[in-house]
Amino acid sequence: MKIKTLVTALAVSALSITSAAADILDTIKERGTLVVGVKADYKPYGFLDTSGAIIGIEPDLAKDVADKLGVAIEYVPVVSSNRMQFLEQGKIDLMIATMTDKPDRRKVVLIPDPNYYSSGTNILALKSLELKEWEDLRGKPVCGIQGAFYNKATSQNYGAEIVAFKGTAEAYAALRGGNCAAFVYDDSAIVAKAADPDWSEYEMPLKTIDDAPWGLAVALGEQNFGDMMGEMIIDWHKTGRILELETKWGVENTPFALAMHDKYK
Amino acid sequence: MEYIFDWFRVLYQETGINLPFLYDEYDRNRMVEGFFTTIWLSLVCLFFSAIIGIIGAWLQGSSFKWTRRIVNGYIQIFRNTPPLVQLYFFYFAIGTLLPRVDNDWGGQSPILGSFAWAAISLSFFAGAFNVEIFRSGIEAVPKSTVEAAEALGFSKLQIYRDITLPLAFRVVLPALNNNLVNLVKTTTLAYAIAVPEMLYEANQIWSDNVNVTEMMVFLLFAYFLLVGILVGAMNRWERAMKIPGYGG
Repeated sequence: MKIKTLVTALAVSALSITSAAADILDTIKERGTLVVGVKADYKPYGFLDTSGAIIGIEPDLAKDVADKLGVAIEYVPVVSSNRMQFLEQGKIDLMIATMTDKPDRRKVVLIPDPNYYSSGTNILALKSLELKEWEDLRGKPVCGIQGAFYNKATSQNYGAEIVAFKGTAEAYAALRGGNCAAFVYDDSAIVAKAADPDWSEYEMPLKTIDDAPWGLAVALGEQNFGDMMGEMIIDWHKTGRILELETKWGVENTPFALAMHDKYK
Repeated sequence: MEYIFDWFRVLYQETGINLPFLYDEYDRNRMVEGFFTTIWLSLVCLFFSAIIGIIGAWLQGSSFKWTRRIVNGYIQIFRNTPPLVQLYFFYFAIGTLLPRVDNDWGGQSPILGSFAWAAISLSFFAGAFNVEIFRSGIEAVPKSTVEAAEALGFSKLQIYRDITLPLAFRVVLPALNNNLVNLVKTTTLAYAIAVPEMLYEANQIWSDNVNVTEMMVFLLFAYFLLVGILVGAMNRWERAMKIPGYGG
């Protein structure tokens, strides 16, 4: 009797889990909150204000999604090495976290088309080192972020010795401390850093490589949510929302955002 | 050899079990490097933490009040703070305060790198525990034995080196074992300051290949094997050093 009750209970709970997983949009509306994974250490795309709240271009985009669904928003800070896992585990509903769109990532999470943004790889280095070419990095220690895809390319193609840290704060500290000759990172973040008066001795000396589109992501199988996000992205490009946010957060309009605006206008 | 490596590539294509550190030359090299970095870091820390333990326990028995106080202060600081915090403290706080030297790429870098700081920090961390472990062993040596040695005209250092320590060693081995096993596992924390050890390299590989599950399973087995070898060796040593009639 007892076992039968237990089995029924398990079956019922299993059913409720599958029905909940059937469409995450219903779950979000029921819960009344959209949980979005964003960066908290990537100025100006996602960073902390003085009160500790997460702000930036991507949190603003996430807010648009929550407004459209008519629910409240909750930000979960993620880093490159855990963002896809958070999505897989259901800790977040949506991830807008400066992620480069790559084929092997599309096997793990659902990345709706078109891409919402794009950036390439560059380095932040002391002006006094006078770096000119990527080849100049050969044999030098170069700071990086654990989990960034260009670490491998930078060491394989240009012979740099990657010293990768967990977050950008540690990497910037190590660069300042002289533990590495340069910091390899997204050009979009480096532009902002090099413009910072505190970093006036540093520059972004190289030609940006690997210009690659960014993809926001939902969990694999959430086709409805994915389709909805695809429409939202087109809408962002069409209305010039991305360009507007770039201006709001002090980034020069990027060629990618301008081109996409022209395309969907 | 190439044949075996290729087999793992086929395994990935056929079953989806992705072990790039076997079939991809670049990933293989960095995993091997990570493996040896872990072993080297472990050996360095094992050695120095044991030395710190032995010397610390001896200084604790000193007749100078301040020597004892300094040793106790050291133990309190290193035992009561998390090893990760110590690593960050040494690398980012102390490391940047030390003088800089010119390096071969035309800049200036701190005198000590991440590996050196990891070795220092982890040795001191495990050493603090070792001092207490050795003290327990020294206190287990009967007072009458020490008195007998004094009566025979042994000096204080001779008594410690030839009488107390060898006897204490046999008592502390099980506890020392525990601490050294913990030390080997704690070396994984060094990835926070970018020491390219096994966890650090595995993290890079799973980020590039999105094969978290496989890498986690591999890491678990790799550490199980490494620590297993250490435990086996320590147990053999314990048996070899056994004095009939003394201790358990």
